[in-house]
Amino acid sequence: MIEMKDVKKTYPNGVSALNGVDISIDAGEFVYLVGQSGAGKSTFIKLIFREEIASSGSIKVDNFDLLKMKWKEVPLLRRDIGVVYQDFKLLPKMTVYENVAFALEVVEETPRNIRKRVMEVLDQVGLKNKARFIPDELSGGEQQRVSIARAIANYPKLLIADEPTGNLDPDTSWEIMKLLEEINAAGTTIIMATHSKEIVNTIKRRVIAIEGGLIVRDQHRGDYGYET
Amino acid sequence: MTNIEVIMAMKLRTVKRHFREGLKNSWRNSWMTIASVGAVTTTLILVATFLALMMNLNHVASNLEEDVEVKVLVDLTATEEETIELGENLAEIDNVESVVFSSRDEELQALVSSMGDIWGAYEDDNPLNDAFIVRATDPHDTIEIAEEIADFNQVERVNYGQDVVQNLFRFNQYARNIGLVLILALVFTAIFLISNTIKITIMARRKEIEIMKLVGATNWFIRWPFFVEGLLLGVLGSILPIALLISGYYFLDQNIESVNQFSFIEILPFNPFVWQLSFLVLAIGACIGVWGSVMSVRKFLKV
Repeated sequence: MIEMKDVKKTYPNGVSALNGVDISIDAGEFVYLVGQSGAGKSTFIKLIFREEIASSGSIKVDNFDLLKMKWKEVPLLRRDIGVVYQDFKLLPKMTVYENVAFALEVVEETPRNIRKRVMEVLDQVGLKNKARFIPDELSGGEQQRVSIARAIANYPKLLIADEPTGNLDPDTSWEIMKLLEEINAAGTTIIMATHSKEIVNTIKRRVIAIEGGLIVRDQHRGDYGYET
Repeated sequence: MTNIEVIMAMKLRTVKRHFREGLKNSWRNSWMTIASVGAVTTTLILVATFLALMMNLNHVASNLEEDVEVKVLVDLTATEEETIELGENLAEIDNVESVVFSSRDEELQALVSSMGDIWGAYEDDNPLNDAFIVRATDPHDTIEIAEEIADFNQVERVNYGQDVVQNLFRFNQYARNIGLVLILALVFTAIFLISNTIKITIMARRKEIEIMKLVGATNWFIRWPFFVEGLLLGVLGSILPIALLISGYYFLDQNIESVNQFSFIEILPFNPFVWQLSFLVLAIGACIGVWGSVMSVRKFLKV
């Protein structure tokens, strides 16, 4: 699913965020990305859906060669990837339904399929009865569910979650994790950046640790490994 | 349905979606819409007034220029053959449109009919010269042609209202250039104003654009609703200016004759001038709306 070879990224201001990353992630895996703030996690994630472009090396995601692909193909790549953020990134003036439908309108689905699919994913995340609410009327956990629903609406092969539980209390975090596990069980590859030692140590999965722009540990069924 | 029909149906749906979104956005950002429409309206009123003024001034100037002609007075001593030869020579000058011969008797008649019977006393002993009336293809060449003719044989004098013509041409030239510069300056100010106003509405929506890009929207998919919105702003903004233009020009057209009875200044006829100008104003409005909108969304597309 993802192949990185000697990937380096230096920002225009001279900060080098990644200094030669080699990694291979297979389809269907669930991977935790751990490391302190500023270690390079965010850059790693941004490179995968091409919000940033690597300075050197090679990155292949699905069948796209990210360093050689045409600018016009970027939207196609992003349709294969769902992204979930710590701050949800929902549109405040739109209803829950519209926020999710948005992702399907962009790929020019038929209105009938959009209606059907939106209700389907809202049901999957347990928010079918809140479709007409606006994000401000929901709790943090519910808002994160909406953003997950939006991310999976388009049947992505890969789901990237950037600290999805960062703003949530422990109980709600476990609910979100349960949801992500279900999505993974259905076949979607998941890469999740997190600072939660508890989650990583409880739900054992592959752990990739980044430090100083390098992968310092890659462990199946690993631990968080940092003292917090 | 065939494949092509499916694609067409999809495109049509997408176009509908862009229009719906564009309208919805204008409605959601109603204060900014009002501000932008206000900016377009103000500018277009100025532009329309100015264009109407300029085009009429141009019309009057052209009319005056068309009236410019060279009167060549033939030497009193010239024989009939010499006069005919002169006429042929005049016709051969470059850029001369027409040469009309007017005999001394015709000249006197013209004088009598315009100045009164007093001049009739000269009928027995006509003091006037035979004359040629020469018109240039382009009125601006008149002076040059007149100077050339002055050197011909059998020409007593060349008359073309020397100072008046020169001043008229110079005035018209200045008026046209200054008008053009002012109109361009106005249009650019308007585009700047509008693109700034729309930029503010887009700033508020950069999050929306960012998310659209993240879920895989193409740049044109994002741009179209803004295009529609800009078009709407431009068209809405041109309604009032066009209404003012039509009613204002109608009023002017109805009243100018009574004021202007003895003058030979005439304004461009209401029909079709007002309709043409209205269309131009609408087009300018639509262009600055679309241009301002598409320009301001551009820099947010680079994610």
